[in-house]
Amino acid sequence: MTKELTCIICPNGCPLTIQLDNDNKVVSVEGFTCVKGKNYAIQEMTEPQRTVSSSVLVKNGELPLVSVRLTKPVPKTRLFDVMSEIRKITVQAPVQSGTVLIHNILGYDSDLIATKSIASH
Amino acid sequence: MQTVDVLIIGGGPAGLAAAVELHKKGIRNILIFEREKQLGGILRQCIHDGFGLTRFKTTLSGPEYAGRFIDEVNALGIPYKTDTTVYHVSENHEVTAVSPEGLTKIKAKAIVFAMGCRERTHGALQIPGERPAGVYTAGVAQAYLNLFNRKIGKEVVILGSGDIGLIMARRLTLEGIKVKAVYELMSVPSGLPRNIRQCLEDFDIPLYLSHTVTDIKGDKRVEEITVQKVDEHLKPIPGTEEHIPCDTLILSVGLIPENELSLDAGITLDGRTRGAIVDEYFQTDHKGFFAAGNVLHVHDLVDFVSLEAENLADSVAEYITNGDLPECNLSVSYDKNINHVLPQKISGTKDVVFSLRVSHPLKDCVLKVMQNGNCLVEKKMKKTLPAEMIHISVPASKMETSGSLEVCVQ
Repeated sequence: MTKELTCIICPNGCPLTIQLDNDNKVVSVEGFTCVKGKNYAIQEMTEPQRTVSSSVLVKNGELPLVSVRLTKPVPKTRLFDVMSEIRKITVQAPVQSGTVLIHNILGYDSDLIATKSIASH
Repeated sequence: MQTVDVLIIGGGPAGLAAAVELHKKGIRNILIFEREKQLGGILRQCIHDGFGLTRFKTTLSGPEYAGRFIDEVNALGIPYKTDTTVYHVSENHEVTAVSPEGLTKIKAKAIVFAMGCRERTHGALQIPGERPAGVYTAGVAQAYLNLFNRKIGKEVVILGSGDIGLIMARRLTLEGIKVKAVYELMSVPSGLPRNIRQCLEDFDIPLYLSHTVTDIKGDKRVEEITVQKVDEHLKPIPGTEEHIPCDTLILSVGLIPENELSLDAGITLDGRTRGAIVDEYFQTDHKGFFAAGNVLHVHDLVDFVSLEAENLADSVAEYITNGDLPECNLSVSYDKNINHVLPQKISGTKDVVFSLRVSHPLKDCVLKVMQNGNCLVEKKMKKTLPAEMIHISVPASKMETSGSLEVCVQ
């Protein structure tokens, strides 16, 4: 079976063509222009992964929210579970960009970090 | 009146990169005016990641990308004034701004336009129907959600497949808001393929090409919109009406360089880019006025905005040091496959990088830069889309100092 998808690793968005055998195992990948693209194709066919960017409530901050993101992608099937974890927390201003807000989210090797500094009110 | 060597209007990615580079080139008497409370421009609300892959070889969110430049501005002690809105720039280099402190007038040897762009609005689209609440541009919806913690609606339809609209489709979905569909007037998406993939396909949000919104119903709040298929002339086809209940319509229908101040100063704009006509020094047709970033032409990646602003800064530094820049008398034209090319004027004596966008999707083609019947450089392209900005370099050694240049696709 042949699958076509767009690489999401970088803005080049290379069109990838993937050959799968009867057990849905990757036989070949074409169309990538870097090794990250090839790895993405294989990952996407086995266990698709995505990062999450969102925001967390801030108490006593100059803005009501601090933007956050995961440091590493997690399985795509867990995105809404990640969102539930993010919704559970609030932080106290001041917040420094880069601060880890949740360590090893859902047990994965991925942290939720603040991506903006928020001064206190 | 206070005088500076360089006044930078706008503290977003272009203004920040220009300021840092000017400082590095030894130009220290500079000042940034920013109308918002903080530096960073639109990146403050672009909390998704994917920024900085070209420049920093890592994927950052918008605030982190801006943060790297803001930290540098602070570390170098570059002066800036936030909450300061420029409302007039005169031809004799006088800038008038308002801030909580009152009116400021300042004179600058060089003025850098780095105001970015704004969104095409509901009014510009002339959608028939009522005018209820619940119609937002994608960037406004993004600001409400990401900066001010406001829920914008429950059931959303998006018109236009621009990247901000696609990013918002994902963001809203993750926040538990139903995004029913994205409709695009053109037969090709205007956003990048990777955003179609990771923002729509990942969440099974349908994208309908060659469709548009032809009616909005609602008393106080949007209650229903009508969409229709369009023909090859982009005219709605009668009988294809579909009524979609929703309470929110988000528009992601294009960005327009924000050039009111440039026009004030008498600067000539390009009808295609809607930004200033510039030479290879990023100087406009008025001496001492420069432009880079989205105010010049809408970019696909912020990494290129920073790079362009740094190139501008190198020219501005040369202008401040020498009091002038070399003449650029060679004009640059392009064929019908290309939407626009920058810069529009060159000297022919300096290496130049052209930035361009194609006017329609192309496959297996060759991009060529011609002069006096000779092909100076060519670049093979497997596929290219209007959504992507293309760069092509021409070394000075290949150019002649007379004869206009033509960029074409074959």
